[in-house]
Amino acid sequence: MDYLIAVGLEVVSGIASLVLISIGLAVVFGMMKVINLAHGEFLMMGGYATITAANAGVNIWVSILLIAPLVVGLIGLIVERFVIRRLYGRVIDTMLATWGLSLLFIGLATTVFGNTTAGISSPLGPVNIGHVGVSAYKFFIVAVALAVIVALYSLFKLSRFGLVARATMQNAAMSSALGVEPPRVYAATFAIGSALAGLAGGVLAPITGVVPSLGAAFVAKAFITVIGGGSTVLVGTLSASGIFATVNQLASFATTPVIGEVALLGSAIILLRLLPHGITGRFFKGRI
Amino acid sequence: MSMNRRDFLKTAVISSAAIALSPGVVGNALAATDILVGSIHDLSGGLDAYGKPMQDAMVLAAEEINAAGGLLGRPLKIVTKDPQSSMQQYAQLAQELALRDKVAVLHGGITSASREVIRPIMRKTNTLYFYNTQYEGGVCDRNTFCTGQTPAQNLATAVPDIMGRWGKKIYIVAADYNYGQIVSQWVKKYALENGGNILSIDYFPLDVTEFGPTVQKIQAANPDFVFSALVGGAHLSFYRQWAAAGLKGKIPMASSTFSHGQEHVVLNASESDGILVSGNYFPSIDNPANKAFTGAWAKRFGADYPYITELAAATYQGMHLWAKGVSKAGTLDRTQVLEALESGISFDGPTGRVSIDPATHHCTMDIRLGEVKDKKWSVCETWPQRAPLDTSSVCDLIKSPNENQQFVIKI
Repeated sequence: MDYLIAVGLEVVSGIASLVLISIGLAVVFGMMKVINLAHGEFLMMGGYATITAANAGVNIWVSILLIAPLVVGLIGLIVERFVIRRLYGRVIDTMLATWGLSLLFIGLATTVFGNTTAGISSPLGPVNIGHVGVSAYKFFIVAVALAVIVALYSLFKLSRFGLVARATMQNAAMSSALGVEPPRVYAATFAIGSALAGLAGGVLAPITGVVPSLGAAFVAKAFITVIGGGSTVLVGTLSASGIFATVNQLASFATTPVIGEVALLGSAIILLRLLPHGITGRFFKGRI
Repeated sequence: MSMNRRDFLKTAVISSAAIALSPGVVGNALAATDILVGSIHDLSGGLDAYGKPMQDAMVLAAEEINAAGGLLGRPLKIVTKDPQSSMQQYAQLAQELALRDKVAVLHGGITSASREVIRPIMRKTNTLYFYNTQYEGGVCDRNTFCTGQTPAQNLATAVPDIMGRWGKKIYIVAADYNYGQIVSQWVKKYALENGGNILSIDYFPLDVTEFGPTVQKIQAANPDFVFSALVGGAHLSFYRQWAAAGLKGKIPMASSTFSHGQEHVVLNASESDGILVSGNYFPSIDNPANKAFTGAWAKRFGADYPYITELAAATYQGMHLWAKGVSKAGTLDRTQVLEALESGISFDGPTGRVSIDPATHHCTMDIRLGEVKDKKWSVCETWPQRAPLDTSSVCDLIKSPNENQQFVIKI
């Protein structure tokens, strides 16, 4: 029984991690139709921001929850201003440019931090469920993922900025005619997506450690989740994360982590064969 | 800028003359009396924590030999290559060292995969090769010397000893490549021979960082101890996640790889205290050669050096064994140095006496059990002069000197 609860917790925290690593990409892709191939590197930079700040004596929670998203959000703003802005509507060109950016960021991080695994210890101790020990940090990951979803929902559904942003994404020319400045909205949306990637990197840093090539390990999963979820940002990411992470974790329990990854990819292939436009291409249409 | 053919030719001539006269090329020509020693270790990439101390050990050994007058009256010069943890680079750089630099000997390679890239290149180019890493055993090649310990050597005594301390139910986690696969079979063999029981063997590719399900599976299996043959920076996460789930104090852990990648330096004391490691070298070994070695190391690389690894000690000893061979042969000629090394050369190094076994080109050496406490190792057990039993069960280079393969030893 205790073991089943522990398995359940692993599954839930697996879903939460997947939501965290893909939500930033989902915002940028879903709202702006920009395919950001440097998403993994944004995660990596969030991880380094957290570790650097924590090693410099900043409180660990501040490093994870504030510094990582702020730093990476700022980098995102700069990237949008100098690269992405010039390439709106040109999907292939954006992919090429962001792929170049990802190589640049990996190179820079290797130069600055060296190609070694940096890490910090998990800041929370263990929790006992009956006589099975689990890391309390897993609860923290779940909490952050929930908070991110609630915050994004409120932002896009309830705030004025969200209304303007959604209007701009639907019809930029019309909202421009009504007095909205689309470039500003794009910049803000891209910065939010980047900040979310940074947050994910910060949250995962104590678990996985950080290397300059960290992004590669996550970017594929993030893309599969976003594509599997379809065009609807929140519901799509949530439902796709739910399916893929559950398959991944249960297969890992039953066999090994390698088969777990294989099962994740296998389920993604089947899902996209059945629902070529992702889950939200068929279900939950028109939601956020 | 427009340029006609004459201008172009002029520029081309001048610049090629400049390249030819540049310091690098001239330097090589003038330093013809140096004996070039190749060093190929991962100094960046996922395995850099293993490679850097090995490279430093090469430098220290060469400087010692040079300070004592060099070899055959000529100074050693180390040619360093960094393959960046990439097998493609290993192939290219090993060729470069053998064919362009024409090194007298090559030391290096960390993973077994990299060794199997280097070894055929060295054999083909008739360049002597030293592999100074503990590995799964079985290499049988007259051109190659292995100065690290192998599983039978290491585990035959250690596994029963650890079972005596903690119990007979063992859960093995290992890196998913030949070393991890083979070493866990040896653990299994010695455990079963001593009445033990293997609950499960789980393998992980080198880039896995998420061990959540594994940690839970181990808890559910409830072993008396966990044996880890995990390798590399990504696998560090296992020890972190293990401690974060509160299992550190509950289920003890032993390993044959922990500390080689400086894991205990990167991890907190609370995440690593009490882990037992069986191996050949710990810096706290109490013998005069080791005191001199650690003293010289601190003097050369600073007293705050993170950790002198077993692989570094083996590299240092590999260099000295080779140097003894060259001195005895009185020449750099490969065949004569080979014969000298096969004549029963031994070196009293930091790990105690290491002797080259002529039949296998592996070494007989001491094996120890160490325990980490507050990031420092204490030696709790020593088994002197263990022979490379696994390799010698399949390899006899005296009888068949043309053997050239890595045997898969039937366990």
